[in-house]
Amino acid sequence: MNVGISHLEAGALLGFAERQMYVYKRYWVWEVVWLFYSIVSVLSIGFLASGLGTLGAGGGFDLRRAQLYLLVGALLWGYLSLVFMEAAYAIAWERWEGTIEYTFMAPVRRMTHLMGICLFAIVYGLARTFIVLVVAIAIFDVDFSHANFGGTLIVLAASTVPLIGLAILTSVLPLLSPQKGEQMSFAVQGFLLLVSGVYYPLSVLPAPLQLAGTISPLTYALAGMRRSLLEGAGMGDQLPTVGILLGMGAVLIPLGILVFSWAERRAKRLGLLKRSG
Amino acid sequence: MNVPAIDIQGVRKAFRRRERAAGAPFWKRAAPKDKVALHELDLQVEAGGITGILGPNGSGKSTLIRILGTLLTPDSGTARVFGWDVVTDALQVRRHVNRVSVEAAFFKELSPWENMVYAARLYGYAGVRSRVVEILEGLGLPGDVIDQPMKQLSRGQQQKVAIARSFLTAPSLLLMDEPTTGLDPRSKKDVQSALEKLRAEREITVLLCTHDMDEAAALCERVLMMDGGRVLADGSPDELCRRHGGANSGPTLEDVFMHLTGKTLEAEELEEVAT
Repeated sequence: MNVGISHLEAGALLGFAERQMYVYKRYWVWEVVWLFYSIVSVLSIGFLASGLGTLGAGGGFDLRRAQLYLLVGALLWGYLSLVFMEAAYAIAWERWEGTIEYTFMAPVRRMTHLMGICLFAIVYGLARTFIVLVVAIAIFDVDFSHANFGGTLIVLAASTVPLIGLAILTSVLPLLSPQKGEQMSFAVQGFLLLVSGVYYPLSVLPAPLQLAGTISPLTYALAGMRRSLLEGAGMGDQLPTVGILLGMGAVLIPLGILVFSWAERRAKRLGLLKRSG
Repeated sequence: MNVPAIDIQGVRKAFRRRERAAGAPFWKRAAPKDKVALHELDLQVEAGGITGILGPNGSGKSTLIRILGTLLTPDSGTARVFGWDVVTDALQVRRHVNRVSVEAAFFKELSPWENMVYAARLYGYAGVRSRVVEILEGLGLPGDVIDQPMKQLSRGQQQKVAIARSFLTAPSLLLMDEPTTGLDPRSKKDVQSALEKLRAEREITVLLCTHDMDEAAALCERVLMMDGGRVLADGSPDELCRRHGGANSGPTLEDVFMHLTGKTLEAEELEEVAT
């Protein structure tokens, strides 16, 4: 019986991921536009670093290191924000299409539903980031001579876990408020960008924002990846960072599912699942 | 003893709405008002057969369908589907139920085939193309629409795909919320024939909300007439006509409905189109 149910859930998990793939295939023109936008954004950040030299940031200032620092931030932010927004938009998307009631009537656990969306987002996010990375490497003479790719990959993998928890928490917003929930997801994304040290060290932020940065998983993900790519930190050196990220994931994913279940019960009590909201 | 397909005891559902009075300042929160959609409803439906629910807009039909589909929780009372409680055993209920609503709920950019594969995966069935084509053709849809985006299909075709999708997942209880509303007579006939064929092929319980009196009379063994969240009459079409047909000779379900409510469903339908 349990094996049967697990088989059903696994099939449904793939079903959600496959559905997302079909949707992206149909919207492929949009995806080309978004890819172009991602490339342009990352290149802009790279050229910003190149331009720092002409603004008088010379002397002891290591421009190539600054460029790599900023590019890592831009690339990782591109990947993590894509995974975050895909998962955070799991419900908003269903509302746009008018399928929310159909999906919520399906005999699958909500965990399966949300993880299926995340599964596709991770695969798609990695593929898109890889393309952007290849373009960035081709244009900038990026110095990876100190990089440790094993350490980088282990942090990248671990960083996805708490991010999924955070995204599930955010995906609750359109359930709580059908009209304003989507916009609030953007606000959360923007706040993460501000406090997580994507383009600058946390130390430049005012104290309250620094505090917010310390509870953002992205802060640890970015710091860890920079340590591996700029200073050659290996897998062993990254174990504390991986531990922090997985620990945050162990709290955020169950918390996200719990809050989502509460929001779903509330929506069913108040009749908020209807297409019109 | 057989477990009833549907067993509802004292289910009540109200929706709280805040409506700001005209001219009230924007910062002043309007007092909430409860609109009762279902008044302490009791209903038992045995497994097998088609039960029709007739009623105007706001009669509580869709609320009832949503409660049985685990999309709404009742404020009080209990609702069970094949013995499973719709609130505490929602996952088990969903394994036995599928719903076709008046609005075809699809990913409009995806094709019927892609939508069907998605549905099949969610319900643990293999989305075999030949089976999908067979169901679609049985509903009078040409085979070449299977790979076209849903948004390019007519409303009638979309609705047929919705019905085909529900047939594909082989539910024990099929909730049909005005599935033929807005369809042309030919499409309506196709859907009704497919429903009769499905009933002949295997045991399935269908709860059919409809505005179409002829459809209810032709398909349903039992009909419930609802208005204002209450069941006004319950019985076979013949029984209802005998009991509530009034003075008319050879009364129809329309006469019964008028006799019980003082309204016509046709007028309600026109009002719905106008709004």
